Amino acid sequence: MPRFLLTRISSGLVVLLLVCLFTYLVFFALSPDPAVQICGKNCTPELIDQIRANLGLDQPFWTQFFLFVVGIFAGRTYGDGASTVDCAAPCLGYSFQSSQAVWDMIVQRLPVSATVAVGAAVLWLLAGLVGGLLSAVKEGTFLDRFTTGLTLTSMSIPNYVLALVLQYVLVVQLQWLPFPQAVAFADDPVQWFLNFVMPWIVLAVGYAAAYTRLTRANVLDVLRENYVRTAYAKGLPQSLIWRRHALRPALTPVVTIFGMDFAGLLGGALITETVFGINGVGKMAADSIARNDQPVIMGVTLLAGFLVVVGNIVVDVVYTAIDPRVRVNA
Amino acid sequence: MMPSQTDLTAARTTGSAVESGTGDTAEAPAADQAAGALRAGAGGTWQALRHDVGAMLGLGYIVLVTLVAIFAPVLTSISGWTPYEFDQTAIDPNLGGMPIGPWGGMGAEHWLGVEPGSGRDIFARIVYGARVSMSIALSATALTTVLGVSLGLVAGYFGGRVDLVISRIMDFLMAFPALIFMIAVLSALPASNRSGLLVVVISVFGWPYLARIVRGQTMSLAQREFVEAARAAGASGTRIVFREILPNLRSTIIVMSTLAVPGYIGTEAGLSFLGVGVVPPAPSWGQMIAASVKWYAVDPAYFVVPGVCLFLLVLSFTVLGDRLRAVVDAQEGR
Repeated sequence: MPRFLLTRISSGLVVLLLVCLFTYLVFFALSPDPAVQICGKNCTPELIDQIRANLGLDQPFWTQFFLFVVGIFAGRTYGDGASTVDCAAPCLGYSFQSSQAVWDMIVQRLPVSATVAVGAAVLWLLAGLVGGLLSAVKEGTFLDRFTTGLTLTSMSIPNYVLALVLQYVLVVQLQWLPFPQAVAFADDPVQWFLNFVMPWIVLAVGYAAAYTRLTRANVLDVLRENYVRTAYAKGLPQSLIWRRHALRPALTPVVTIFGMDFAGLLGGALITETVFGINGVGKMAADSIARNDQPVIMGVTLLAGFLVVVGNIVVDVVYTAIDPRVRVNA
Repeated sequence: MMPSQTDLTAARTTGSAVESGTGDTAEAPAADQAAGALRAGAGGTWQALRHDVGAMLGLGYIVLVTLVAIFAPVLTSISGWTPYEFDQTAIDPNLGGMPIGPWGGMGAEHWLGVEPGSGRDIFARIVYGARVSMSIALSATALTTVLGVSLGLVAGYFGGRVDLVISRIMDFLMAFPALIFMIAVLSALPASNRSGLLVVVISVFGWPYLARIVRGQTMSLAQREFVEAARAAGASGTRIVFREILPNLRSTIIVMSTLAVPGYIGTEAGLSFLGVGVVPPAPSWGQMIAASVKWYAVDPAYFVVPGVCLFLLVLSFTVLGDRLRAVVDAQEGR
């Protein structure tokens, strides 16, 4: 077990390093000179050179990349001589726009994105599992066909279209929900909660449909297995067969997919957060892209990669715990 | 994240269902017979699909959009407005540029209304937007299919170090935060030829999902007698891969590609929605919806028209792919 974990973690680190390298390479090769960008008005060639030197932009590519990676683990110091800036341990650099540390910006917004992701995940897991089980139990009936039709439809609505429809119907026309306003949880818990209702629904719909289909297909597959037939032949009651024999193998694939989807969502729901004006990591990424704020985009890309890698490892560990068949190999 | 994300996830989930569905292919007759059976199978697939209302409605809409895209210039010459013309008489400057008339200004002059603010004809923009959506999604599908099939075949048939390298690349690409990276790349690159760039970027991250399945099936097909027979007869590796194994993967490839199209349509629309896709003033459905966000409360028709067109196109491909898979699965005795 520890050995298996060690391999997974080291290969995860390699993936992260490559993600880092690729993103860095893209910005290094493609972006306009950030020094010019920072310099702004009243710029002189000397000033640009100084900014370049301070940010380490005058170094060759590999040196820059090396300093960036080292900075993540050990922190780094920008500039030399008279004016230096110390960037503490998880150093992802500073935003070109606001001069805030990227790490602080992410930490500040991560709870918001987590709130969005957790609420949506609860919704889609509930809907997906219940829907999938129901339509598997009632295979071939009207309910099953209705559910299948509904999942195909829900999978096909783009998030932002659904977001606009919901806002128009629920907020403008029916006025069931108040207009979203930025409030702190402590000031107005009700408004705070209602703000998140639409984003949760919008994000959950697509996943719920996919999970319904997955659950249904898995349950039907397992019910056709020989050991389930054997259990029926032994005369076991149906409820026991479902609980003991069918559900566990049918639901393990859902765990795998869920870990990856959830991790992906934590790294920022760009469109949903942008449409609803939620100040999370996703909106920050979308805003930085519009302003070509490289350090922030780098930071968010790395965070997303990190979450996916960690999600994969967690899934593997959970998998060995709930599925005895893979334990032997581990 | 986003529409495209949801769509991509959905495609991934259905993709894995295909994998389990077609993993056990039917009997393995001699190569010629297999090819013959497949030809008959294609006819049977069409027969079965023809009686499926959902699949036929989907196909009908796809054909309609394709025709609209091809004949866009003809259609706009009939309707009388190009997608770039501003019609100041159709909007009310006193109401901040709201379209005059109900339903966003729909009527005999502007069939689907006009854009608030600019007065551009929505019908013309939808028609030209169809070109963008269809051409990008279909080119991306073609490119992913070529990449996915060839790399999957090579990895599955030759195994060893080749397989190791290709599999590692696939693992890496699938663990990559693709959407954020796509957005970052597109935003960093100059905005000249975004369409071609979109196709390349989508395909680079899209092929592993098909390649993984092709690789698995190739590995099992490579063990079959007809492959062994071909090898004994002195056929080269390339010949075996492309003449013996590839024809047996046809139904898998068709199903997987059909199911990939809606994901790519969604991705293109999503990227255009975020402002890193097709460059204005060229119209795209995703971009039209993005522009309508500011107006949704006062002019709902503005987001409903492109929204419905986009939704129906994605739905059509999804339903068609889903039914196609069901038919193919049934034929392969599952």
